[in-house]
Amino acid sequence: MLRYVLARVVLVLPTLWAVATLIFLLVRVIPGDIVELRLVSGGAYVTREVIQQERVRLGLDKPLWAQYGDWIAGLARLDLGTSMWTGAPVSREIAIRLELSLQLALMATVVAVSLAIPLGVWAAVRRGTWADHLVQVFSVAGLATPSFWLGILLLLFLLSVFRWLPPMTFTPLWRDPVANLSQLIWPALAVGYRYSAVATRMTRSAMLEVLREDYVRTAWAKGLAERAVVLRHALRNALLPVVTVIGLEFAFLIGGLVVTEQVFNLNGVGKLFVDAIARRDYTLIQGLMLLVASAYVLVNVLLDLLYARLDPRIRYA
Amino acid sequence: MTGRPDALAARVWLSAARPRTGGRLMRFARRYPLAVAGGGFLVLLVLAAVLAPWIAPYDPLANDYLSMFSPPSSRHWLGTDSFGRDILSRLIFGARTALLVGLSASVAGATVGALVGVASAYFGGTVDLVIQRITDILVSFPLIVLAMAMVAILGSGTANLVVAIALSFAPRAELVVRSSALQVRHTTYVEAARAIGAGPWRIILRHMLPNVLAPYLVMLTAFLGQAILLEASLSFLGLGVAEPTPAWGLMLSGAAVDFVQKAPWMAVFPGLAITLTVLAFNVLGDALRDALDPRLRV
Repeated sequence: MLRYVLARVVLVLPTLWAVATLIFLLVRVIPGDIVELRLVSGGAYVTREVIQQERVRLGLDKPLWAQYGDWIAGLARLDLGTSMWTGAPVSREIAIRLELSLQLALMATVVAVSLAIPLGVWAAVRRGTWADHLVQVFSVAGLATPSFWLGILLLLFLLSVFRWLPPMTFTPLWRDPVANLSQLIWPALAVGYRYSAVATRMTRSAMLEVLREDYVRTAWAKGLAERAVVLRHALRNALLPVVTVIGLEFAFLIGGLVVTEQVFNLNGVGKLFVDAIARRDYTLIQGLMLLVASAYVLVNVLLDLLYARLDPRIRYA
Repeated sequence: MTGRPDALAARVWLSAARPRTGGRLMRFARRYPLAVAGGGFLVLLVLAAVLAPWIAPYDPLANDYLSMFSPPSSRHWLGTDSFGRDILSRLIFGARTALLVGLSASVAGATVGALVGVASAYFGGTVDLVIQRITDILVSFPLIVLAMAMVAILGSGTANLVVAIALSFAPRAELVVRSSALQVRHTTYVEAARAIGAGPWRIILRHMLPNVLAPYLVMLTAFLGQAILLEASLSFLGLGVAEPTPAWGLMLSGAAVDFVQKAPWMAVFPGLAITLTVLAFNVLGDALRDALDPRLRV
């Protein structure tokens, strides 16, 4: 087991290096020039020397390979560079917003899981009935509904029914849980519903497969209660693919956050990304993309380790 | 009814085994009623988009400051927005944007992905390895993150938006098509084509590509809904279609959120248009996937 874990973890570094290289290449082919965008976009008159000075300050005058070297060398020291727009370290820009986004992502995952597993199990057990069809329509609709529109509808609902809007400023959970949750529960619902759709389908199909197994028939034959058969014998064995989907969706949650944070005016990582794109902030875009990709790589490793823990057949394969 | 019952039986058997197209369509309709509803909705949508200048009651760009924020009425069926523009007319013209961007981005993305996937499978070795590593990394980004990065690279505007969405789809199509192409690669007819001296691109285009049509179509239909959703999201964020072009996602940004209580129709109808269209494409795509190849799941 230890060897498996080590082998899996050691492989992360070259993967991340390749990811960082690809991100650098991707971002640096951007034709727009941050210096010109920043100095000239206001219509101000700027001399060539000033632009050149700014380029030197940002390190944009160096050849591409030197910039690449700086980026990789910085990463090795866990340094993501400084934002080209605000001048603050990229890691700081991300860190001050990560708490909000991470909490939102976790809450959305909780929403998604608590919708997906009961609904998926229910649909599978009552296969072909109106309950099954209802769940399927609910999850297909979830994939089609834009989470930002759902967010707007939630705001409309709160305004017209309670004449109330969630608080505008972020309060950390440990300082005032009520204020914190009353702000974040709404975007979590909007994102969570969308993300529950795939997990619901996966739960349903995994359950249908397991319910056909011999040991489930044995459990029925022993005269066990439906509850015991479904929850203890079937669900536990159907969970592996469901966990995979939920894990991967968690890594992809940033995609949902990008639009939802905009609707609820939350100053999180998603909003930072939109701003970074609009400002052509190369270093910030690079840092954020690396964050997103690392989350995915990390979740994959954790899932592999979890499999090995849950299913001994994988460990010895 | 004399004589040759076996011939009659054979005839009945043949006609049952090879139903006419009409019969096949009917069977599809009976098996997937939701898909038929979705298809019907899409036909109406396409008609509305094509006939937009003739059926839209107002000019979608005409400001009318005397009737800003009018609620739905007999004059403006779905109300007006913060510039007094008719929402229904903007929705009808917005269908053009959504369908145009959705279709072209999906076709372009699936085609580029399929070409690269088949080529990667054909050449194998180092080429395949490098392409696969790059694909693996690109699929580790959520679609919208990739599309946003592409928009940053290409700049905003409708044409760039199409390219950005297409390029973010391509790696996903590449993965699926390549795995099918790997099987095709080792078939006898590819071997035969090589034996008679066909060049690599001839084999890829004429012999392999037509045989990965099923996964290609499945990916394509799966992309359509997502492309419309992506276009709406990017336009909503201000990174896609720009004002004053009518686009559903754009109609949801700015005033629609700020005045959501005063003029809820501004936010409700465009969102409904997006949801219904994506839903229609998704149920149709799911049914087509089932019918074409039940083993493929996206």
